[in-house]
Amino acid sequence: MSEPRKAIALISGGLDSMLAARIVQEQGVHVEGINFFTGFCVEGHTHAIRKRDRNRPKRNNALWVAEQLGIKLHIIDVVEPYKDVVLNPRHGYGANLNPCLDCKIFMVSKAYEWLRQHGFDFIVTGEVVGQRPMSQRRDTMPVVARESGAYDLLLRPLCAKNLPPTLPEREGWVDRDKLYAISGRSRKVQQALARQFGITGYAQPAGGCCFLTDANYSAKLRDLWAHRPGRRYELDDLMLLKVGRHLRPRPHFKLIVSREEGETRFLEGYRKRFAHVRTVSHGGPLTLVEGEGIEDGDLELAARVTARYSQGRDAERVEVEVVRPGEAPRRLQVRPMAPEEIPRDWYL
Amino acid sequence: MSGAPSGRVVELDLRGLLCPLPVIRVQDRVAELAPGDEVVAVCSDPGALNDIPAWCKINGHFVLWKGERDGDYVVHLRVGGHRE
Repeated sequence: MSEPRKAIALISGGLDSMLAARIVQEQGVHVEGINFFTGFCVEGHTHAIRKRDRNRPKRNNALWVAEQLGIKLHIIDVVEPYKDVVLNPRHGYGANLNPCLDCKIFMVSKAYEWLRQHGFDFIVTGEVVGQRPMSQRRDTMPVVARESGAYDLLLRPLCAKNLPPTLPEREGWVDRDKLYAISGRSRKVQQALARQFGITGYAQPAGGCCFLTDANYSAKLRDLWAHRPGRRYELDDLMLLKVGRHLRPRPHFKLIVSREEGETRFLEGYRKRFAHVRTVSHGGPLTLVEGEGIEDGDLELAARVTARYSQGRDAERVEVEVVRPGEAPRRLQVRPMAPEEIPRDWYL
Repeated sequence: MSGAPSGRVVELDLRGLLCPLPVIRVQDRVAELAPGDEVVAVCSDPGALNDIPAWCKINGHFVLWKGERDGDYVVHLRVGGHRE
């Protein structure tokens, strides 16, 4: 008996990619999953940081999907190579800083690279014609296949019948008649398929699974680029953009003010690298001061903002501790800033 | 990746990393080890207590112990026979 054909399926953790992998599994193909960590994934991070979210059941959806399907999952750290996708998207951005088409091309190309290294036969994705305005349109789906280098090794089981037959279909590795012709944004067919396969409890992310589709996050990332010598970022920048209130009182520095205990604990991990402020006389947040050429007056302003978000916000004076990296802590008595003293345009 | 089990126990300090990075670091380290070797993953993200065991289950590795230790979240696993 011949060995089954082998497919590598892009697993995002959502329903579509889960169904796509399952449809191919049903045809006797050996399927393994691949998931890419870009740093912009919504999954888990804010839940892990914020204390009030910690009691919610938390899981990594891609791992959960793999567990349900009984397949291996390879999680690949692509933070470094993904920077070029975010900084220089050939096909441009969507409504925010989301380079969806370039992102899909990148991920399929990485899956294709993995396929060649591991001797697999074809790639499976959960793409559906007409489901996404940028990366999943009838005219852009061939672009993904071509520019990723995967060409007709890329099978989209959910909408294959809307597209020309791929190599796995032509060679009979999969039966085209058992694939689907789903199109558009409706989720009804996918939900019916999930019921048919007995799949329940799948993730239904609201607003997508990538922070780059989020207007607020994109605004903070734009601000970061605008106030640095070049458009660049590190993973820590991406993590910090997910945490706390961000205020930019002056062009040369911004403040990251924790909103609750979990965020304070998370920001504490960055104290050695940033000037920071915490309240002493009252319970309150931890504030990181991010920037260059920070002067004592800037730190005093940071202290007043920190006091405004502390339990001493209505007090005459709040005692705070101010620390510059590598220096001894200093204590200051400051008047908390009144809400109306903080201009709206400081908030990012 | 080496062939024969060495019986070694590798401790990974994954504190400060948020999921899925602890899983990725465990995955990459396990790929260099032999079946029977052990990994002790010390994490600060409580999600690691779910995610690393889930990853072990689907990839054929064995969780020997998981839980809280000195404020950290620890998963102790043995590398299984299935390779990445």
